[in-house]
Order: sequence, then structure tokens, then C-alpha cells
Amino acid sequence: MDNAPAAAPDVLLDSVKFSDAKGDAKGMNESLSIEMKDVTRVYKIRGPKQKEVPTELVALAGVSLDVRRGELFGLLGPNGAGKTTIIKILSTLLLPTSGTAKVEGFDVDKDTTEIRRIISMVSGGETSGYGLLTVDENLWMFARFYGLETKVARERIGQMLEVVGLSDRRKMKIADLSTGLRQKMNFVRGFISDPNVIFLDEPTLGLDVGAAREVRNFVKDWMKQHRDRTILLTTHYMAEADELCDRLAIIDQGKLLALDTPQALKRNLQSEAVFNLKVGPLGPRPSKDAMLENVKGVRQVTINEVNGHVDMSVILDAEDVLPNVLAHLSARGSALISLEKRELTLEDVFVEMVGRGLNVDTSKSGGGDE
Amino acid sequence: MNNVERVHKARGFTLFWATVWARAYPRIVGSLRERSWVFFDTILPLMGTVGYVYVYKSLNAKPEYIGFAVLGGAMTAFWLNVLWSMASQLYWDKDAGNLELYVLSPGSTMAILVGMSVGGLFMAASRALTIIVVCTLAFSVTYQIVSVPLLILTFLLTMAALYGMGMMFASVFLAAGREAWHLSNLLQEPIYLASGFYFPVIKLGNTVATAASVIPLTLGLDAMRQLIFAGALDFKFLDVRTELLILGVLSVIFIYGAHGALKKLEYIGRREGRLIERRR
Repeated sequence: MDNAPAAAPDVLLDSVKFSDAKGDAKGMNESLSIEMKDVTRVYKIRGPKQKEVPTELVALAGVSLDVRRGELFGLLGPNGAGKTTIIKILSTLLLPTSGTAKVEGFDVDKDTTEIRRIISMVSGGETSGYGLLTVDENLWMFARFYGLETKVARERIGQMLEVVGLSDRRKMKIADLSTGLRQKMNFVRGFISDPNVIFLDEPTLGLDVGAAREVRNFVKDWMKQHRDRTILLTTHYMAEADELCDRLAIIDQGKLLALDTPQALKRNLQSEAVFNLKVGPLGPRPSKDAMLENVKGVRQVTINEVNGHVDMSVILDAEDVLPNVLAHLSARGSALISLEKRELTLEDVFVEMVGRGLNVDTSKSGGGDE
Repeated sequence: MNNVERVHKARGFTLFWATVWARAYPRIVGSLRERSWVFFDTILPLMGTVGYVYVYKSLNAKPEYIGFAVLGGAMTAFWLNVLWSMASQLYWDKDAGNLELYVLSPGSTMAILVGMSVGGLFMAASRALTIIVVCTLAFSVTYQIVSVPLLILTFLLTMAALYGMGMMFASVFLAAGREAWHLSNLLQEPIYLASGFYFPVIKLGNTVATAASVIPLTLGLDAMRQLIFAGALDFKFLDVRTELLILGVLSVIFIYGAHGALKKLEYIGRREGRLIERRR
């Protein structure tokens, strides 16, 4: 993004703290909008039986991160990574089990009233509001909860509905809106209260391509016009994170794995040999030592079996490793259908960090890509 | 554009009041917009009341009893509203994703509950009025009002205590989760009997009447009957002033209890990660 701060790459691994706060723990660095220090969140999961001892689920394991004021910051991770838990803690819906978190200098544990005055949240798949009310009436209702005067609320509703292309539906009951239109209304709801910090939790979830693009454009335009505001966005769409975020953190199983600008994260993979291969069906699964990942010079392999062929993405140390890859596939009885060189994506970064793709179902046994 | 003009946002009482009216709005508008509610909330209770009137007529009961049944029938609208649109409301709101937005907004959740009450009161009052007007015309019910200001005060105190109880139940029912539906069902019919909706509550005996007094409509109905129907003094449970005093105390207890229950609910919700948020 054009307002991306010029941050030095600071890709770190696992337990290292991702913090650039210059102030101490007591004070708030004025350039920071969000501060999290060693935040842990443990859920107690109750079984179906009343007397059963609850099991503990660690949703966040000592997360530390700082978000600068004016930044569009992304949290990227698979389902269950802990992204929404971070948002819920920062938006005062959830208490951290340990650690401290501040929003605009206010403590999420003690200063809930102050925080709620300056934040807003929009979630994907949201069905809030009352179906009997029109778009206009629902937005007015939520604006009043934030103390906006009716006249001001009406003006802002009109302007923002115009921006998202909903002004011709403002007198329509929201029960009659499609999912995409309803999500646009939710966006207006989130932004109408003029918040300092907005939490967008999977905002394009369930939207078609066109509606998702419009939502992303809305977010980008808003940030351009409000450079002193902050957005914390969670997503598991790599392209969305790449397009929108000034900086992003990769999170998995409650831990921050990396934090930097999308460009720097990709740059740190330090490879220009990235290929998409389409090949015929692979033969029997080889022994672990004979897997493609173990071919010298192969850094990363992701495999997706589709209707009688296999789509592969490989990252190599150098282009001259490619013949070895093709020879390996040939030895397994798989013929090359097509080959394409491509740019590095955040997906590659994610796979490098996490060891699996975002869409890999980790509940299945086997886990690996091959 | 760092110099984008900031929007003025009200605080304190102004914000509280704005939140009350904003939350009352969907109920006031909704009751006028959704025609099917008129049938379920007005015609059905009306039929029940008419049934009681015919039972009394066929038994040659004293004429006051017809008035008792009509007033009780009208008050069912408020009881149904408190059970289904107050006590269960936070549970439905959680399901729709509204509750977390209420909690997140700077407007207090207490103001949200008061708004729900004001809107609910409007909805139920229009139904109650319809029942009274239709039955009065159909069965020639006569009223002898002792004191209009005292009657208004009794009605307002009854509503304050009743809706205060509904506000408190809202948090309790939310904590009960899916059992909320059953709790509402469980409370609906027995209270018609125990509170004496269609007959003077004293007929159940002092012990039952005293126990049932925890439901504000028990004393409210008894006091209003004494203030509206000349023959009601013969069937009174307590005198009007005592009932008003108890209703006042109940109002304070329930509203304070609602505030405490909300605080507790939010604390449990934030600590345990449940109750407030809709699961996606």
C-alpha cells in the first residue's frame, strides 16, 4: 500500500517478541495504537457431562505485538490459529488469561468504557440488526448507541451508503438484502461511529469475488482518507492480506511466527525459483526418505490432487534443481503436463513458516503435503 | 487526510437516553409493521378472555368477575411480552450477533434493556388496550374509578416492577442458554393461575397469594381491580397503599438486580469466553 511505513524486515521465529515499542511497559508509545505483551488465553472446554473435568485449550500462547497508529495490520492464519481471540481481547469481549493488552493506551481489562468509545468491529458473516427495520433505520440505531446525533448520523449514513453503492437500498428491510449487500451495510455500521481503531474479523468471508473486491476497495480508500486511524484485519485469504496490509503477522496455534511487511516476508524466502507444475497422477506414496521434499535443493512442496491430475507448487534453491524434480516425478510414474514459473506469494511464506497450507485440514492424519 | 473532522459523540445521560430510544425503536416500529403479531398478541389473548367471561356468565357469577377477567386478560399482553420479548431477548440477540455489538458499544447495556422495556411496553399496551376496548363494548363492562392518579401510579409501578423483573430475567435466561425457551414456557401458564389473572388472587388463600406476590402483576392486578371496580374491595388481598409500597420495593430490587446480573453476565462472558459472543 502506498502509505506503508518503511519498516525494516524483522522476521523472527516462534517465541521471539514482535515488539517495536520504545516506551516501557507502563507507558504507551505515542505512535502505537495497539500493544500486546505476552498475552495468553486459555479456554476451558466443558464436556457433555456436568461433572466432567474441563479440558484446557490454549488459544494464545504468549503473544506480543505492536500495531502503529495509521497502520492497516493483518493477522494471517488458519482457522483456530487465534486470530479472532486476539480481536476479542482487544475489543474487550474477552479477558486475557495472562499478559497485558492496550488499545490507544487504554488497558483492555480495566478501561473498557474508554476503549469501547473509540473502537468498532465488523465480522464476516455477520447477521446483526433487525430484519424488520430498513438499512437506514438499522444504521441509525447503531449510530445512536455510539452517541451520534440523529442529524449527524443521517448525514453520515447517506454519505457512506453512497460510497458502498447501497444508497438505492436504504429504505429496504435488511431481511430482504443479499449476503453481500448485508455485509456492505455491516461495514457502514462499523465505520459510521468514526472509530480510532477498527477490528475487521474475516470481513470478506462468504462474499463473492465482486463484493469482496468492493469491500477491500472501501477499506483501502478509508485508510487513505483517515491516516491517523488503525485497522486490525484478520483473514485467511493470502491475496487479501497481501493487497491490504501494511504489515502482517503470521499466526498459528496461538503463536506468532513472523511479523513484517508482506514484501519483506516474501523477500526473506530468498528464492526466485518458484514453479507451478501440473502432472499426472503420482504413483504409490514413497518412503519418507524418498519424498520430493528430500530431493536436494527442494525447499517447499505443496500438492493438490484435482480430477485425475496433480497441481504442485515447488520452491527451489535455484532453477537448476528443476531437472532433479522432474526426474523424481518421472521415477514415480507421473508425466509432466504443464510447467509455469511464478512469483512468490504469501501462501509460500505461510507454508514455509507453518509447514502446511492454509487449506490443509490438520484434523486428518498424515499432515504433510505428500 | 489527518485533519478529517471528528464526529461529536454524546456521553453520560445523553448517551444513555439516545441508546434507550434507539433500542426501543425496532419494537415500536416493528409492532406496527408486522401484522401477524396483531393476531398472535391480540386475538389469541382476547379469545381466552372471552372464554372466561362466558364461563362466569354461565355460572351467574357477580358482574365484577367479568371485569376482573377483562382486566386480567388485558394484562396477559404484558406478561407475555415480558416472558418472550424481554426475558428471552438477550438470548435471541446473542444468536443474531447483536449482543456482542451491544456490549461493544459505549451505550450501556442497561440502557439497551431499558429501551427494550420501553418498546415492549408500547407493543403490549396497544394489545392490552384493544382487549379492554373490545371486551368493554362486547360485554358492557362498567368501571367506577376511585382515583385516576392513583390508578396511573399503580399501573406505572406495576410496569416498573414487571419490566424490571424482565430485565433481570434477560441475563438469567441468557445464562440458561437453550433452556430459556423452556423457562418461558414453564412460567407462562402457572403464573396466569398463581397471580389471579382471571379471578381475585385471594381465592387461592393468603399463602399462595403472598408467594405469588413476587410476580408484580399479582399485586398490580389486585390494586388496579380495587381502584376500578366497586365490588372489588370484597375480594382484595391487601390494601392499595400496601400493595403500592411493595411494588415500589420490588421495582427497586428488580432493576438493581438487573444491573447486577448484567455486570455478572459480562464478567463471566469475558472471563470464560461464552455467553456474549455468537459462535460462527
